[in-house]
Amino acid sequence: MSKKPSSSVQGKSRDSLLSVPLMAWLVVFFFVPTLLIFAMAFKVPDVSGGIAEAWTLDTLSGIFKSDYLLVIWRTFWVSLTVTAICMVLSVPVGYWVAQQNPKYRYWYLILIIVPLWTNFLIRIFAWRMVLHPEGFLRSLLLKLGIISDDVFLLNNLFAVIIVTVYTCLPFAILPIYAAAEKFDYSLMAAARDLGASRFLAFWKIFIPGIRRGIFSALLLTLIPALGSYAIPDLVGGVESGLIGNKIAAKISFARNLPEASALSALLWVIIATLALALILWQRKAHKINGQNGQNANDHPPAPTAP
Amino acid sequence: MVLAFMYLPMLSLIVQSFNESKYGGKWMGFSLKWYQALFHDKAVIDATLNTLWVAFMATIVSVILGTGAAWALNRFQSRMQQINYTLFSAPLMVPDLLMGISLLLLFVNLGVSLGLTTVILAHITFCVSFVTFTVLARLQDFDFTLIQAARDLGAGNWKIFRKIVLPLIAPGIVAGALMAFTLSMDDFVVTFFVGGPGSTTLPVKVYSMIKHGAPAIINALSVVFMAMTLTIALAGQFLMRKKY
Repeated sequence: MSKKPSSSVQGKSRDSLLSVPLMAWLVVFFFVPTLLIFAMAFKVPDVSGGIAEAWTLDTLSGIFKSDYLLVIWRTFWVSLTVTAICMVLSVPVGYWVAQQNPKYRYWYLILIIVPLWTNFLIRIFAWRMVLHPEGFLRSLLLKLGIISDDVFLLNNLFAVIIVTVYTCLPFAILPIYAAAEKFDYSLMAAARDLGASRFLAFWKIFIPGIRRGIFSALLLTLIPALGSYAIPDLVGGVESGLIGNKIAAKISFARNLPEASALSALLWVIIATLALALILWQRKAHKINGQNGQNANDHPPAPTAP
Repeated sequence: MVLAFMYLPMLSLIVQSFNESKYGGKWMGFSLKWYQALFHDKAVIDATLNTLWVAFMATIVSVILGTGAAWALNRFQSRMQQINYTLFSAPLMVPDLLMGISLLLLFVNLGVSLGLTTVILAHITFCVSFVTFTVLARLQDFDFTLIQAARDLGAGNWKIFRKIVLPLIAPGIVAGALMAFTLSMDDFVVTFFVGGPGSTTLPVKVYSMIKHGAPAIINALSVVFMAMTLTIALAGQFLMRKKY
């Protein structure tokens, strides 16, 4: 919306001020609060559930108690598992859809995206019903003898992993598909001509070729997984708390805001570290393969047999 | 092999809709009585109104802030705008949990009591970056020489804006608005953290309903909600594709 004065002919530089409102907003409502997370970790909770005036290091040191470390470890490996599964599933899917007839590609994408349009909680709820002890799936598995009677599908980490994979999968598939679509498949054909097996071609040419998509997918899966709260809360049962749950608990029933702060600060640091690591890794890989890529483009694809 | 993976999410969706067909409990029969109960449940209606109001307000402000930002980002490649670009993408990277907490801390420190206003402020914060990038994507096609031409013909800035800029970027703005609206309606974690009593939105209500047993109303509610978001999202898709 224009906030420019009406008489200016060279309105150009004033236009750039249009981004100032947003900048200001984000500073107040995003950056300052983020700083607050770190600052509040040093404070003392007050009796009524707020934050007292005193500063202390106790809250922070309290975080490194053993039960929190367990939760952090659990969050870590659950998120890594989820990310790994998502990657393994999304790469073939991205590859496959990119190979399809362009006419139908759009519809496949729609199919993948449609679940995202339903409310997040409702999808979790639906899974809850599917995994329910008295539900259809479990009865089927019991009848087929695949699982024994004391195995439950719900209220454990298994459920958390499955549902998190389900919610994160579209976010992994889309960047991979976007990269797969731009990929030059003649490179694969060239590799085959040179004698590489299908698997080798896939692994050595395609995967590095869609590097960017893979990095995006990794980021888009790992970070939400680390911060997940609703999923463990609704399908994880008592034993599967992740960091998100602990933080939420410190906000609601076991109210201790500075502790919640400290935990959040920790989570923030973990996420920022991982994100930075991924970004730096991508930059490095880009530089190395950038040179190789140029070499590959200099040589024309192997000539067909005369 | 790959086809199996393709159908995995679809299967879940189908199972999900199967579950949501339990209109009368365990297939006791097709019945609309849950829908009736839904419309008579005051708490649910209140939550729905709250949700709509929050989404509406959040969308408007996000569009205003975001469009201006997108315009500036597209126009200028200056240092300031490059920094802005990174700045504006930051909220997109953060999980809602952290955003919720940080805002909660802000409000607690400022002594602001939690209610619909704080929820709206929070929603704006996470919607605005999405709007910015949606409009920005649309702006890539914008032809600035049109503005030059109009200026040469003597039009003032406001007129240029109204008659040239606005109509051309309108689809982008609307798409951004729809995106913001959907995000706001769908949000649970952030609202959960910064809401107070009386500011329950639909997702939060659904959450508490799930936690405290599962009345079959949820099924009916789910279907209605799905239909709503689907319509809005489809409209958004349609607008993004429209060529001017």
